[in-house]
Amino acid sequence: MTTLHELDPVEAKISARDVSVYYGEKRALDEVSIDIPTEYVTAFIGPSGCGKSTFLRTLNRMNDTIAGARVEGEIRLDGEDIYRSGMDVVQLRARVGMVFQKPNPFPKSIYENVAYGPRIHGLAAGKGELDGIVERSLKRAGLWDEVKDRLADSGTALSGGQQQRLCIARAIAVDPEVILMDEPCSALDPIATARIEELIGELKGRYAIVIVTHSMQQAARVSQRTAFFHLGKMVEYGKTSDIFTNPREERTKDYITGRYG
Amino acid sequence: MSPATPVLMAVALALVGWLVARARAHRFAAEGNAVRLHSLPTYHGWFVALAALIPAAIFAIAWASLSPSLILSKVLASPAASGLPAFGMKRDAVLAEAHDLAYDASAAAFNPLSRALVPAFREAMTLYGTIGIVVTLLVGFACGAFAFLKLRPDFRARTHVERIVMGILLAASLVAILTTLGILVSLVFETARFFQIVSPLKFLLGTHWSPDPMASVGAGTADSYGALPLFWGTIYIGAVIAMLVAIPLGLMSAIYLTQYATPVLRKWLKPMLEILAGVPTVVYGYFAALTVAPAIRDFGKLVGIASASSESALAAGVVMGIMIIPFVSSMADDSIAAVPQSLRDGSLAMGATKYETIRRVLVPAALPGIVAGVMLAVSRAIGETMIVVMAAGATARLTANPFESMTTVTFQIVAMLTGEGSFDHPATLSAFALGMVLFLVTLSLNFVALRVVKRFREAYD
Repeated sequence: MTTLHELDPVEAKISARDVSVYYGEKRALDEVSIDIPTEYVTAFIGPSGCGKSTFLRTLNRMNDTIAGARVEGEIRLDGEDIYRSGMDVVQLRARVGMVFQKPNPFPKSIYENVAYGPRIHGLAAGKGELDGIVERSLKRAGLWDEVKDRLADSGTALSGGQQQRLCIARAIAVDPEVILMDEPCSALDPIATARIEELIGELKGRYAIVIVTHSMQQAARVSQRTAFFHLGKMVEYGKTSDIFTNPREERTKDYITGRYG
Repeated sequence: MSPATPVLMAVALALVGWLVARARAHRFAAEGNAVRLHSLPTYHGWFVALAALIPAAIFAIAWASLSPSLILSKVLASPAASGLPAFGMKRDAVLAEAHDLAYDASAAAFNPLSRALVPAFREAMTLYGTIGIVVTLLVGFACGAFAFLKLRPDFRARTHVERIVMGILLAASLVAILTTLGILVSLVFETARFFQIVSPLKFLLGTHWSPDPMASVGAGTADSYGALPLFWGTIYIGAVIAMLVAIPLGLMSAIYLTQYATPVLRKWLKPMLEILAGVPTVVYGYFAALTVAPAIRDFGKLVGIASASSESALAAGVVMGIMIIPFVSSMADDSIAAVPQSLRDGSLAMGATKYETIRRVLVPAALPGIVAGVMLAVSRAIGETMIVVMAAGATARLTANPFESMTTVTFQIVAMLTGEGSFDHPATLSAFALGMVLFLVTLSLNFVALRVVKRFREAYD
C-alpha cells in the first residue's frame, strides 16, 4: 500500500491506518491506509458506493451521527488518535471542518451563518472582533464583494453557488486545520463550479483540503494527490498527474479511461 | 308502516335495476356486437342502480321536509279543527299535542280538544305518507327505466358512474361546509337580536357581568352584560396559564422525543403522550376539580393567600395546559422533524453540540411551525368547556390573582342556555353573542395558524 512518505518527504496532517467502517453488518470500507498532507489538495475519486464519502466522514467523526455505524483502525490528526475514548468530538470538528454536497446554509442571515461557529466556540471577544472574522472569512471564500451590502439578508436567498461559498466561509470562520469537501459542486452549475474550484486553489496550502468528487476532470484540475477507491478499498494513491496519466493498477486505468463507473 | 320499509323497497328497486342492467350488458357481449362493449357489465349495473336510487333519495328527503306542513293544512281544513283557538300559543300547543298523540297514544295531553284532532292527524299522515312512498318508488323506477333505455354496447357507463361518484363525494364534503355556514348564520341572527337590547360596545367593554334570566328587561338591563371579565378569564386561563404549562412541557418533550430518545423509547413514549389527547375532557374536569383545585387552594393558604378558593383559575389553567401538551408537542415534533438533516449535519460539523444545534438551528428553523401549533392549541384551550365548568367557578372577576375563581366565555354560554330564562330574554341571547365572539376568535386563530404552517412547509419543499 502506498502511503505518503513514499511520495514526498512532507509531514502527514492526517494519517489513517487500516480503517474499516461497518454499517451494521455491512462493511462499507475495508482497511484503508493513507497519509494526507497540508500542502496539497487531496482528491478521493471512485464510482458511487465505493466508500470515498464514508471515509471522508470518518475524518471528522460525522459517522458518529449515523446509527449503527462502527469504525475500526486508527486515524491520527497531528499524531493524536481521534477515535480514542475521551476524544472531544466537538473540538475535533472545529479543527476539521466540512462542506457538504448540497449547500446547507442555516435559515439565518448571511452574517449569522458565518458568525455561527465563532459564537459557539467563543472565538470572538466582542462585536468588532466578530465582524472582523466574518469579513475575513467571506473574503477568503470569495463572497465578500457580492454580499457586503446585504449581510442581514437570509443566507438561503443566495444562489446555489453563493450558498456553497457561504458554507465554505462558515467552515473557514472557526479557523480549521483541515477542510473536508463532500462533492461540493455536484449541485452547482458549471460557472459556480469553476468559481468553487478557483477558490479551492486559493485556499490550498493554508488548510489541508480533502475533496470527494465524482468528476475525474475536477480531481485533475484541483488536486495534487488523488486516491482511487473501489468497492470499499483504496486501490491506488499517488500524485494526481501519475494517477491520470500512468496508473499502476489495472482497475484505476479502467476507471480513468471510462471502462466502468 | 315502519320507516325502514320504503328504504328497503327503494334499495330493492336499485338492486333489481343493477341485475337487469348487468344482464343486458352481458347479452350485448354475448351477441358479439360489432361494437366492442365500452364498459364492463358491472358499470352498466351500477349506472342504472344509482340512477334509480339517487333521484328517489332526493325526492324522499324533499318530501320529508315538505309533508308536515301539508299534513297540518289538511288537519286544519278538517271539521274537527273548527273548535281551535284562532291564534297564539294555545293553538300551537293543542296542535303539537295532537300531533304527538297521533304518533303515540300514550303521550301526555292536557287539552281535551287535542284528542278530537287525533283522527284527522292520523288520516292526513297516512295519506301523505302513502303518497310519499308511492311517488318515491315511481321516481326511482322512472329514472332507473330511463337509464336502462340508454344502455348500448358503446354506452360509456364507466364514465357516467365516475361522474356520479364524484357528485356523491362532493355532496359529502359539502355537508360539513354547509353545517359550518348554518351555525354561523344562526349565530348571526341570535347575536343581532341580543345587540338590539344590549349595545355591542357595552357588551365588549363593560366590566360588570351579572345577567339575571328572571329580571324584566328595562333601561338598566344592558349594564349587567359587560363581558370583559369573561374574555379576561378565558384568555387568562386558556391562553396564559394553560400555555405557561403546555408550551415548555410540550416543546421540551418534542425535543427529547425527536433528538434524544432512542427509537425504541420513542416508539413507546410518543403513543403514551398522545393518549393524553384522547382523554375525555370531562375526565380532566374531575381531575381538576377533585385533585388539583384543592391542592392549589391548600398551597395558596399555606403561602398566605387568603383569597385562595377551591375553584381557581390556576387549577383549571394547569389542567387545561396538561390537556394541550400533546397538541403542542406533536406540532413541534413535526416541525422539528421537517428541518432538513443537512442543517443538523451542517451545525454538528461546525463543532456544535447536540443542544447547541437544537437551540440555535433546529428550533429557530422550526419556529413558524411551533408558533402555529401553539396558536391551534390556544384556540382549542379557549373553546374548552368541561374543565372550566368543573374547576374555574362562576364568578365573573377581573383579577390577575390565579388563586381566585374566575369564569370564562364557554362556562357562561353553558350557564345561560341551561338557565330558566325564556328564549328571547337577553340572558339567553347573550349566549349566542358570546358564542359568536368565541367562534370568530378561534376561527381567526386557526386561519392564521394554518397559513403559517403552509408557508413554512413550502419553505423546505
